[in-house]
Amino acid sequence: MRGFWNKVFNLEVVCCPCLLKADIISTVEFNHSGELLATGDKGGRVVIFQQEQENKIQSHSRGEYNVYSTFQSHEPEFDYLKSLEIEEKINKIRWLPQKNAAQFLLSTNDKTIKLWKISERDKRPEGYNLKEEDGRYRDPTTVTTLRVPVFRPMDLMVEASPRRIFANAHTYHINSISINSDYETYLSADDLRINLWHLEITDRSFNIVDIKPANMEELTEVITAAEFHPNSCNTFVYSSSKGTIRLCDMRASALCDRHSKLFEEPEDPSNRSFFSEIISSISDVKFSHSGRYMMTRDYLSVKIWDLNMENRPVETYQVHEYLRSKLCSLYENDCIFDKFECCWNGSDSVVMTGSYNNFFRMFDRNTKRDITLEASRENNKPRTVLKPRKVCASGKRKKDEISVDSLDFNKKILHTAWHPKENIIAVATTNNLYIFQDKVN
Amino acid sequence: MMFARGLKRKSAEEPEDVEGCSAGAQAMPSYSLQRQSLLDMSLVKLQLCHMLVEPNLCRSVLIANTVRQIQEEMTRDGTWRAVAPQAAGRAPLDRLVATDILCRSVREQEGECPAPDMGDGQPDLVPGLAVAPAAQAPRSPQSSLWEGDSSRESRGGFQKSLDQIFETLESKTSGSVEELFADVDSSYYDLDAVLTGMVGSTSSGPGSGLQAFASAATSPPSSSCRSDLGELDHAVEILVET
Repeated sequence: MRGFWNKVFNLEVVCCPCLLKADIISTVEFNHSGELLATGDKGGRVVIFQQEQENKIQSHSRGEYNVYSTFQSHEPEFDYLKSLEIEEKINKIRWLPQKNAAQFLLSTNDKTIKLWKISERDKRPEGYNLKEEDGRYRDPTTVTTLRVPVFRPMDLMVEASPRRIFANAHTYHINSISINSDYETYLSADDLRINLWHLEITDRSFNIVDIKPANMEELTEVITAAEFHPNSCNTFVYSSSKGTIRLCDMRASALCDRHSKLFEEPEDPSNRSFFSEIISSISDVKFSHSGRYMMTRDYLSVKIWDLNMENRPVETYQVHEYLRSKLCSLYENDCIFDKFECCWNGSDSVVMTGSYNNFFRMFDRNTKRDITLEASRENNKPRTVLKPRKVCASGKRKKDEISVDSLDFNKKILHTAWHPKENIIAVATTNNLYIFQDKVN
Repeated sequence: MMFARGLKRKSAEEPEDVEGCSAGAQAMPSYSLQRQSLLDMSLVKLQLCHMLVEPNLCRSVLIANTVRQIQEEMTRDGTWRAVAPQAAGRAPLDRLVATDILCRSVREQEGECPAPDMGDGQPDLVPGLAVAPAAQAPRSPQSSLWEGDSSRESRGGFQKSLDQIFETLESKTSGSVEELFADVDSSYYDLDAVLTGMVGSTSSGPGSGLQAFASAATSPPSSSCRSDLGELDHAVEILVET
């Protein structure tokens, strides 16, 4: 791990970038071992990639990711009461830790969460006594001997089946799901409420946060993200559109409307504008693996918070500060409402988030170095090393720099994921999934 | 969506309400003009979102909060004034500044207004839009149509419209959105009509995006632009409830 960051961040392109072409990718998530990588898209499909086992002879690289399973998780629905369509877009996928041979994940659209079981079948029974090979029953008079079917290998088949459907618990759009460290319960959050579920029980959920005002006219703040603490099964956080994070303890009361801690950084008065609130809205919140810190993403920055200090973050990283002078244009074209996600590496020493022009950024918390990289097919063939990029904010543009006005705001990287153990990252542009790994010499 | 770019109306030469700055074609519009344009843009955004799939509540709340901020500041300034229906033929259109002017970088201006510099040497795009510390403003005794008196029921039509927007967001009756806009000319809600006159909104090549904003000033307003503005004017009237 240390060698990874000593030089310029040598990131080598591992996979062919044209893995997913069909639809807009809306979520990306590694499982707990990192062997599987799930993506969800706007069409309600889930595609799971599996890392191939390392080739001992060619040990210069880790295994590549290939398609393992594809299934249709959600279908479009129609809400007859409101005369509105319910999109099938997958908002989030979360994996359960593996307990047996099968894999389980939760996937959600705006209204319904589903628990999927993904299992392999690589053998089948052959040699039935009473049936022919094609399944037809034999004439009983022809059966004169007894034989027992035997399992014989077959081509691997990966099957996905929905095991639970958690529906009708959310009036507003679900933005987050998070599995508790007890591995028995999970939470789902929409714009105004958070519900607690038991994985086995689909007809009941408990409402644990409700910020809906009695009068909708008084609505000024919504929930933007929520997550369970990785170790404390009674603790979770949720972020808001006003830039606050509330930490709640479920032991305190059934309805966690009163937070245990409120994390908020006072506003910088010199930066105040009509857009201040919008850019302070938190689009993602993620606990560190250790559980000691949490990271939030707002429009221009990534902040690291120590759970023991509520009044300000311990670290702040500027993602694309050069956009601060362009906020009016970004408000007009709605880009200011883009919800970027962020993620930690396995050791919590590096954080990553996306930006525009298919750029993504990494920040090393120890060395305070940062890097901008680009996910694009033109520049990357498999096995090439990514070149760092630089945006020229003002003044004379140096060679190889890109000026702010040349950035393509339609090319945004909203979803990124980091392998839990290795330096392998998954980066989703609008239609393509890129997988990068660090250079192993 | 860059639908707000269809709001091009005010020619850059009109020197309305330019406070102390030179009124050249490249001049930075006054703070109040910028603020009014931002307000109008926000109102259009709030309205249009009802025509799509179920509106994004977070986005609507953030836009509505922006509108409230502007409203509060304009109330403190005493500039929050009524738009009489007969005068509405000109007044709301006059307020609309070409979006490229609103969003123009301070560096491009040729006026004499010094732009406050941000600490890192990057002048704010619209420096005048910094908001003074918030304080609840007493209602002006010369109550305008917007303000009415302080009781909630008779608060100005603007506040009611915001409230109605949020009520429809949670209302379960299918006719609610239609009720809100029942007396509006339905042609306004023909997306095609609204979106015509927009300049290349979804180009995705490099060099699009903000560059398109900077170059918008060069494209002449089309005739369809004017019809859009007539309909927008109509919508503004509805919000004012005159």
